[in-house]
Amino acid sequence: MRVVFALWMREVRKYFRSPAQMLGTLGSPVMYLGVLGFGLGPIFRRAGEGSYLQFMAPGIMCMTILFTSTFSGMALLWDRQFGFLKETLVAPVPRLTIMLGRTVGGATVALFQGLLVFLVSLIAGFRPAHVLDVPTAILVMACVALVFSAMGTIIGSSLKEMQGFQIIMNFLVMPIFFLSGALYPLRNLPVALTVLTRLDPLTYGVDALRGVLIGDAHFGVGLDILALAIAATVLLILGAYRFSKIEV
Amino acid sequence: MDDTQPIIRVQHLVKKFGDVTAVDDVSFDVRRAEIFAFLGPNGAGKTTTIRMLTTLLQPTSGSLELDGLDPTARRNDVRQRIGVVFQDPSLDQDLTAWENMDIHGVLYGVPRRERHERAARLLELFELAERKGSLVKTFSGGMRRRLEIARGLLHTPRVLFLDEPTLGLDPQSRNQMWTHVQNLNQTDGVTVFLTTHYMDEADRVAHRIAVIDHGRIVAIGSPAELKSRTNSESLEQAFLALTGTAIREESVGAADRMREAGRMWRRR
Ligand SMILES: Nc1ncnc2c1ncn2[C@@H]1O[C@H](COP(=O)(O)OP(=O)(O)OP(=O)(O)O)[C@@H](O)[C@H]1O
Ligand SMILES: [Mg+2]
Repeated sequence: MRVVFALWMREVRKYFRSPAQMLGTLGSPVMYLGVLGFGLGPIFRRAGEGSYLQFMAPGIMCMTILFTSTFSGMALLWDRQFGFLKETLVAPVPRLTIMLGRTVGGATVALFQGLLVFLVSLIAGFRPAHVLDVPTAILVMACVALVFSAMGTIIGSSLKEMQGFQIIMNFLVMPIFFLSGALYPLRNLPVALTVLTRLDPLTYGVDALRGVLIGDAHFGVGLDILALAIAATVLLILGAYRFSKIEV
Repeated sequence: MDDTQPIIRVQHLVKKFGDVTAVDDVSFDVRRAEIFAFLGPNGAGKTTTIRMLTTLLQPTSGSLELDGLDPTARRNDVRQRIGVVFQDPSLDQDLTAWENMDIHGVLYGVPRRERHERAARLLELFELAERKGSLVKTFSGGMRRRLEIARGLLHTPRVLFLDEPTLGLDPQSRNQMWTHVQNLNQTDGVTVFLTTHYMDEADRVAHRIAVIDHGRIVAIGSPAELKSRTNSESLEQAFLALTGTAIREESVGAADRMREAGRMWRRR
């Protein structure tokens, strides 16, 4: 337990220690909110869908969490390169403990970053339906963070070098984002897209957050959270397995 | 535990990486509370042997025992008993010296008070106390190395593995380090398994030495025995007599050159 805490603390410390990075990764969410939010706003409204900023802000929060948590999972590759991974793997601590500390730490950092984007979207004009829903929203964000932090751990334990990074970005992380319905409603999609969106765990995260914050869930928040919980469990188990197989 | 049993027992150990045999049928014992030096030219198989003994790598064949336990099967129990200073860096550069020490203490279950006391003492000993709050990435190579050693000494293991610990250290730090290691060995009975390319160090601290070359043990004995066996004045001479250029050059044929070239590539 103490080890989980120490490794968790390590991630959090590093996060707060590099404000430049914290702000740097705010770049793309700000751009999405500012440019897409206001640029597509008029069309969206004319189509009778209401405010696009309201609609997409939860999606952008999820996007941020997706990117941050996948990256922090993949920081495993850095630790492998700089050798710190070896230091933890030779210690008399079950691998599962180490994996949990890292993964939960990464998820926490992603949650912080998601909350930061939440603040930014408030500044941009996003208004949650009810202030009291914010704690529930944080819970949903935490679930999303855990799912993708676990995914990052799986990737980080499976790759040996940074070379695979671009491939993962382009063929896994970006599709997860674009298929999640973060930017468009899930209604009336072509069949193929309907199927793909349903297979994407982020879809349920975005939907749940939308449900909680603006009362507009496609599947219903309960079902969403169930889906997220299942995804988290499966990915954590897989992550633990992959992590136990690492050789340094 | 039977004190006369060797604390490390290696029998017919083999490790192959593809078609390179890094460790080739190696057998030796390390006695309890002994300082054992493992010497050999670059690429001889020292680090590979240490990685197998420290549970990080599976042997191809052969048997290993550490304190009566098999490192391939009882990983956690073995890890509980060892401390390792790796040849390659293994610090977290984005943390401070103190945080690196502290995490290590937590990983090894050292109680908080003791952890802090010992960390403070070791940082003092290795002259890092003033910089304990600085991020490791701002340290010089030698300072990083000293921190790495200090960290390895934070918990008291039964067997301490030191893989070229003094690489890149100034004479003062080297002297300091070996004095401390000898102390640990004498007062706490810590067994030390070390590698180094500085023969004078091995001569000074080791009770027994194994010389390995091309993955095979070529000699085992006390420094005095190795010297007398090879009619050498110094351990350096003995080492060269056992592994030296003179002997190797005669046998360097095309095949050997290929193997050397292959090694160079693989090491990258
Ligand atoms: N992961 C690996 N994959 C392939 N070959 C390896 C690997 N690790 C080590 N080797 C090879 O095994 C041999 C022994 O390497 P090892 O690192 O054990 O040498 P060493 O005795 O520690 O040398 P040095 O004094 O340079 O540290 C070398 O030929 C090396 O190229
Ligand atoms: Mg080596």
